[in-house]
Amino acid sequence: MNVTQLSVFVENHPGHLQNVLKILGDASINIITLTIAETSDFGILRIICNKPEEAISVLKKEHVICSATDVLAIEIDDKPGELSRALTIFAQHGLNIEYMYAFTEKREGKAVMIFRFEDIEAAKSALNKQGYRIVSKIDIIGES
Amino acid sequence: MFNREFEAMPLAEMKKLQLERLKWSLNHAYKNNAYYARKFDASGFDPSSFKSLDDMKRVPFLTKQDMRDNYPFGLFAVPLKDVVRVHSSSGTTGNATVVGYTSKDIDVFAEVVARSLSSYGATSDDILQVAYGYGLFTGGLGLHYGGEKLGCLTVPISGGNTERQLMLIKDFGTSVLACTPSYALNIADYLEKKRPDYDIKKTSLRIGVLGAEPWTEAMRNEIETRLGIEAYDIYGLSEVIGPGVSAECSAKSGMHVFEDHFYVEIIDPDTGEVLPEGEKGEIVYTSLTKYACPVIRYRSRDITRLYHDSCSCGRTLVKMEKVTGRSDDMLIIRGVNIFPSQIESVLMEVEGTEPHYQIIVDRSGALDDVEVRVEVAEKIFSDELKVLESLRQKIVERFRNVLGISAKITLVEPMSIARSEGKAVRVVDKRKLK
Repeated sequence: MNVTQLSVFVENHPGHLQNVLKILGDASINIITLTIAETSDFGILRIICNKPEEAISVLKKEHVICSATDVLAIEIDDKPGELSRALTIFAQHGLNIEYMYAFTEKREGKAVMIFRFEDIEAAKSALNKQGYRIVSKIDIIGES
Repeated sequence: MFNREFEAMPLAEMKKLQLERLKWSLNHAYKNNAYYARKFDASGFDPSSFKSLDDMKRVPFLTKQDMRDNYPFGLFAVPLKDVVRVHSSSGTTGNATVVGYTSKDIDVFAEVVARSLSSYGATSDDILQVAYGYGLFTGGLGLHYGGEKLGCLTVPISGGNTERQLMLIKDFGTSVLACTPSYALNIADYLEKKRPDYDIKKTSLRIGVLGAEPWTEAMRNEIETRLGIEAYDIYGLSEVIGPGVSAECSAKSGMHVFEDHFYVEIIDPDTGEVLPEGEKGEIVYTSLTKYACPVIRYRSRDITRLYHDSCSCGRTLVKMEKVTGRSDDMLIIRGVNIFPSQIESVLMEVEGTEPHYQIIVDRSGALDDVEVRVEVAEKIFSDELKVLESLRQKIVERFRNVLGISAKITLVEPMSIARSEGKAVRVVDKRKLK
C-alpha cells in the first residue's frame, strides 16, 4: 500500500494558499507534512494528511484543482550519510526522483522521507532488497 | 435536397429572383415602417429608384443600436394582429432586441431549418432531439418547427438535464441531436465522468446540429470523436430569422446561405464599403421575404468570407466561411488582427485544454503586451511542475507559430476568470483605458 499525497494547484498570490488550508481546516483535516513547488505565477502544493480522499472531495466542491498521487514514504536512520545511502540505491537502479521532501516529526530516531517516482513499484522493490521499511498509509495516519 | 428549385438554382436566375424580392422588401419596409421611411429619406435613398443589385450600396445600414432603440415593436412592418410570435435576444450586451413573425414568416423559418437538417442528411425517418432552450431564444422553437416540417419525429426536450437527454437518446432511438457545441462537449464530459457504462456509440445517434455560438474545427473533431457522430454547423441570428440563415452540407466546408430568403454582402467594417466576393469582412443581411420584421442591410458584426465553389452536394447557393470572429471583438495586437476564436482554437489543439480563457491586452511603452490567462482543468493538472511548465511552453509556441504573436501564458485557478451571466469575459483591453 502506498501513501496518498494530495496535490493542489494554487496561484502564487496572497491569500490563495490560505484559502486551500482554510477549506481543509474547516473539514477537520490534519496535515502531517507539506511542501510547495513554485513558479512565479503558480505553485503545486503537496500535502500528506490524515484523510486524503475526504480532502480531495471537499476541495473539489470548492472548485480547487487537485489530485491524488501515490508517493513512496520510507524510514531512514536520522544519522549523517543515511539519505545519501538511500539515494545511492535509486541511482544504481536508474530511478529518477521527480521530487522529495521530509516529514516534520521524527519517529524513534528515524526520519521519514517522501519520494515521487515515475515507477513507484520499481523503487519499492529496490528498497525492499536493502531492508528499508516502507511506511504504509496506516502507519502515517496517527489518528483514525 | 429539401427544395431543389431554390437550393440548386442557376446563379443568374438566383440574381434575378433576388432583385425582384429586394424591390419588394425595400418597398415593404419603406411603406409600412416609419423608422425605415425616416432612415431612407434622411439618407436620400428612394426605393423606387432601386434597379439593380449594385444599387444596394446606396441603402443605409441597420445596426444593433437601431434595433435596441426601437424596442420592442418599432421595427415591425405589419399590424400587431398579424404577428403570431416574437423572439428576443438575451440582451446581455444592452437592451434586448425583439423580432416578430407572421405565420408566413414562421413558414419560411421552418423551411430554412428543414433545408438545413436535410443538408446534414436527416430525413423524415429521423428522430430529432431538440436540446436547445425553448423560449424567447430562437434555437428551440426554430429547430422544432424545422424538424416537423421535414417530417422528423421531433422531441422537444429543451436544454439541460443531461441524464434525461441520455435516457431519451437510448429509449427513443434519437438519431439527430440539436444543441450548442459546448453542450455537446458537456455531454461527452458527463459520459466520461458519470456514465462510463453508457456507450453512446452503440445508440442510433449519428448527427449533431450545432450552433448558436462560434466553434472551431478542433471542437468539431473532439465532438465527433467523443460522441461518435457527424457534427454540422447551423448558423443564424435572431435579427435575421434565427438558426437556418445558412447551414453546412455533407462537404463540411463552409455554410450555404439560403439566399432566396436572405441577401448577403461583405463590407469593410471600418468604411462600410462593399468588398468583392472572396474577401473577408463583416457580413450584412437583408431579408427578402420577411413580413413582420424586415431587416435591411443589417450589420451583423460577424466576420466571414463569401464564395462560390462547385460544391459536391450540388447546391449552387453562395457559401460563407465559419464565422471567425466579430468585428467588435477583433483585436489588433502589434498590427496583427486576432479574434478570440483563433485563440480558442489554439487552446483546443493543445491536448486536453478546455478553453476557459481570458485575453488581456495592455501597453507598456510602444508595444502591446498580451497575456492569455488559462484556467487549469482537472484533466491537465499534474503534481509535477515540469508537466505544467511544458504545457505552458507548448501553448506559447503554438501562439507564436499559428497566430504570430508572443503572448504570456498564465495558468490560473478554475472560476478565477470573471463570468457575466454564465459567459466568460473573453477580452480585457486595457489599452482603451489609457
